Amino acid sequence: MSVAKLVGQIAGWLQKEGPLSDIVISSRVRLARNYDMIPFPHRANREQLKEVILKTEKAIDGSKYLKNVLIIDMSELTDMDIQFLVEKHLISREFGKSRAEQMLAVSDKEIISIMVNEEDHLRLQCIQSGLQLLDSWRLINQATLELESQVEFAFSKKLGYLTSCPTNVGTGMRASVLIHLPALVITKQIGKVLQAVAKLGIAIRGLYGEGTEAYGNFFQISNQVTLGYSEEDIINNIECVVKQVVGYEENARTLMIKEDKKAIEDKIWRAYGVLSNVRIIDFQETLNLLSLLRLGIGLKMIDKIDRILVNKMFIITQPAYLQKLEGKKLVPHERDIVRASLIRENLERKGTNKDV
Amino acid sequence: MICQICEERQATVHYTEIINNQTVELHLCEDCARKKEIIDQFGNFSMTDLVKGLAGFIGTESKEENLKCDNCGLLFSDFRKTGRFGCSECYKAFRAELEPLIKRIHGSTKHVGNFVPSKHSKEVQALSKIEKLKAEMEKAVQQEAFENAAKIRDQIKRLEKGIKK
Ligand SMILES: [Zn+2]
Ligand SMILES: [Zn+2]
Repeated sequence: MSVAKLVGQIAGWLQKEGPLSDIVISSRVRLARNYDMIPFPHRANREQLKEVILKTEKAIDGSKYLKNVLIIDMSELTDMDIQFLVEKHLISREFGKSRAEQMLAVSDKEIISIMVNEEDHLRLQCIQSGLQLLDSWRLINQATLELESQVEFAFSKKLGYLTSCPTNVGTGMRASVLIHLPALVITKQIGKVLQAVAKLGIAIRGLYGEGTEAYGNFFQISNQVTLGYSEEDIINNIECVVKQVVGYEENARTLMIKEDKKAIEDKIWRAYGVLSNVRIIDFQETLNLLSLLRLGIGLKMIDKIDRILVNKMFIITQPAYLQKLEGKKLVPHERDIVRASLIRENLERKGTNKDV
Repeated sequence: MICQICEERQATVHYTEIINNQTVELHLCEDCARKKEIIDQFGNFSMTDLVKGLAGFIGTESKEENLKCDNCGLLFSDFRKTGRFGCSECYKAFRAELEPLIKRIHGSTKHVGNFVPSKHSKEVQALSKIEKLKAEMEKAVQQEAFENAAKIRDQIKRLEKGIKK
């Protein structure tokens, strides 16, 4: 099965808005699981990797939640297909580098996906919109337990679930939240916030440019520790931190408006103006302008565009996604033209969130 | 500021990562950032890089270097190089060397999360059985086989009672 079925489809988490979605884009919980005794993928031979795939397929067949997943044989995919799956947030960049004897399972609305033979035998993830870590954890936990009732995962009473890398041992869980912090970046308070969060033993990472909002102002907050705390405790801890950061961002937005509302309004409407009229645009500029547009919606300066549409545009304007939508390979210049017209079309529809 | 990799172009991408109070900052030019695959796409930062550095730290070289996992053949020295174990048995083979490492990463050496030693757990088995029975019951109701549905319902109730104990 190829990725064709996924091209025309917008993931479930992009179709609606979860809690705090003004600032929080998505919540993702990933569990790492391995089979006992079989060497981890980086040390396994082809036969052993095949065994992992067969075992997993059988367990998926026997499970209720995962019965109707789309199964993708990674060895059949092109480089562009792989990039497309990365852009869809369905796989990690590391996955698909070797590709032989790797498999991907994707649920109906792309909420659950399972990478087989990534760094661990199984990497199961659930992604949902807004701040919904606990719910995402419940979903992926249930699916994983269902598999576990049929197969045996490597587990030690002392150390919990055993993983290829000791940084994942224990719960095997990585819970992360993708968060949009334009006002903290614009008002140059982001450094302070990063420091404050760091004191809480949680990882926060992101890119920001020297100018103002160079890379879309997205940050990722996730747990660093996977052992010594229960899954719920880890998630509660992150949710607390996220809520705190959301508070900082809200304050920064208020402050920004108080200081110079017209300047912000100008920035946002210029971004809207460019996006509505652009004829050639690269992805980075798209990120920055969409980031401002998203801020404008949050500040209620722009009301005719739907935030769900903007979220979707972040995803579908990525290089491989664009080319899959067009159904052919494009050189960068062609891509920039196609991207521009895709953006204009979407904005002209004024936020009605129909098909791509 | 100059790019930390090529030491040539102006650094315009600032990557900050803070873990357990330690800040790692990277100041890169766009070219180098792309090459490092940092920029690429929105939100999907790589988790693995930050761990690679961890393996090399445990003490100095010693006789433990030749310690070997019988199941997968991984040497302790291999682990130190890559930071990756070879199989679930490695955790037993390197147990003594592992403690301080695990402690250093997690601040703990005891799992307190989900406790499901898989198949052995009767609870898990019962839960999945219940799910199956519920589906069967729905089917029976749809087919108006009510007698059968009632039987299945009783079965579910029994199983649920068992779990609560
Ligand atoms: Zn450089
Ligand atoms: Zn081993």
